[in-house]
Amino acid sequence: MNFFLISLIKMGIVTAAFMTTLAYLQWIERKVLAHIQSRLGPYRVGPHGLLQPLADTLKLLMKEGFIPSHVNKFFYLLAPFLAVFFALISICVIPFGPSVEVLGVRTDMGLADLSIGVLFILAISSAGVYGIALAGWASNNKYSLMGGLRSSAQMISYELPMAIALASPLLILNDLSLRTIVNEQAGFYLGVLPRWTIFQMPFPQIFSFVIFLISGFAETNRVPFDLPEAENELVAGFHTEYSSMGFASFFMAEYANMVTVCCMATVLFLGGWHPLFPSTLGSDFVPVLLALAAGAMLLYHGVAQPISGRPWDRLTMPAAGVVFSLVGLVFLVPMLKPFLIPLFWFVSKAGFLMFTFIWVRGTLPRFRYDQLMNFTWKFLFPVAILNLLITAFAVALQEPKS
Amino acid sequence: MDLILFILFATIAVVCGISLVVQKHPIGSALSLIGVMGSLAVLYLLLGAEFIAAVQLIVYAGAIMVLFVFVIMLLNAGEEAPGGKSWPSRLLGVPLLTVFLGLLAYLMQLMAPSMGMVTFGSFNTGAKELGRSLFNNYLLPFEVTSVLVLIAILGAIVLARKEID
Repeated sequence: MNFFLISLIKMGIVTAAFMTTLAYLQWIERKVLAHIQSRLGPYRVGPHGLLQPLADTLKLLMKEGFIPSHVNKFFYLLAPFLAVFFALISICVIPFGPSVEVLGVRTDMGLADLSIGVLFILAISSAGVYGIALAGWASNNKYSLMGGLRSSAQMISYELPMAIALASPLLILNDLSLRTIVNEQAGFYLGVLPRWTIFQMPFPQIFSFVIFLISGFAETNRVPFDLPEAENELVAGFHTEYSSMGFASFFMAEYANMVTVCCMATVLFLGGWHPLFPSTLGSDFVPVLLALAAGAMLLYHGVAQPISGRPWDRLTMPAAGVVFSLVGLVFLVPMLKPFLIPLFWFVSKAGFLMFTFIWVRGTLPRFRYDQLMNFTWKFLFPVAILNLLITAFAVALQEPKS
Repeated sequence: MDLILFILFATIAVVCGISLVVQKHPIGSALSLIGVMGSLAVLYLLLGAEFIAAVQLIVYAGAIMVLFVFVIMLLNAGEEAPGGKSWPSRLLGVPLLTVFLGLLAYLMQLMAPSMGMVTFGSFNTGAKELGRSLFNNYLLPFEVTSVLVLIAILGAIVLARKEID
């Protein structure tokens, strides 16, 4: 019974955190894109636009769920459900931190530890294409069909380099369970360089990390690979005919896939929750210093250069500065330290990758379709295989006898 | 718990299998086939063969069926028209099917005890054991199969390539 209770609590926490992340990821994306393009981004709802996700969600919920008359009703309604189901379910095998003791109960940070965690994520993410393909087909609309077709072709093509890029770190780490994979990456070379897979001997996996990330962009249909929804060619691609919660499900699925890819890259290549440098050199104080610096910067900007706006907007920045400093001080509490510090490293790595996703969206133009296909089949795939071969040789040479 | 899950997913597999044949539209059939694959994967999982379950999902549901759906959508295949059936097929179809299924069940019954019963979670083979036996005991069949697949790929390329005059 204890196991069920703990699992239920963990499920509640992870679901709440995941859903909030999805909602605020969209806010962050709009903000970052806006700043890349010298705009302000969402600003009106709540202080500094912080309540914008709430307003968006309410708007989408209230809208009429309109079903066009010409669609195949069953598949039309099934598609967003499939998309969001396959996108949300993969979070349950991601380990967020080591096993910790909370109120005398020892438990792993993370929902489930499957012995085939990596394969599970691969299987789920490859099934995710059905939502998009079916949506395109069931909408009974030329543009949507084109979007669905492009998506399935793209998914099949980029699944290959992705799987092969995944295979090479697995050769070094020698296990399929995500928790074991992270534990294998603990420790440091020469006391400084972390033993993450991208640095780990015998063959650092930096190439497969890049290949994985590029295929991840394609798998999540993000710019520069967003051909399934290329708005200047296909209106909105596969979700042209969807409104209200149908549209919201596709939106949510896209962001959830993004989170999953970033978490996978963190776990497989960036050492999960292990810090960048050993705690003897003071890596435990990094979050404190970062938060304090951010708080000081916000306070300075808020007090010395107040923005002209609504009267309460002047308070936003100093208040945020105070909150950031307090959050920084929380990391010093000895009781919370064992699970806040690993969580910080995990979240900061995954968060940096998510920022990269947004950054790329603000920077790169979209591929042409033939470029997309040539890129994966003539470049990414051979490079991934070559990388796998070199890694296999290196591992075989390193171990005298298996 | 195991038994409940087994009955549930075995039922889903059979229902999806029947729906695969009955469905009028190719997309419906393809989706039913995916349902069969998925519930088969769950059955493998119940037996303890986690790796095979995952591979079943990745290869069949993730790659092959995506290609199926892709081709169906690309050709924009419409609904099947109910074709005219000849009178022998109408008359003999159901009885012959029953006899065939009965025969199959009887043969299975005959062979099953010699093969031994399987219990839930009895396989317990991870990726490591599977890989070891694949590359030690079954190396030759494995290699021969891969050559066979290579020949199939070459054949597909030769058939698909346009004739150069």
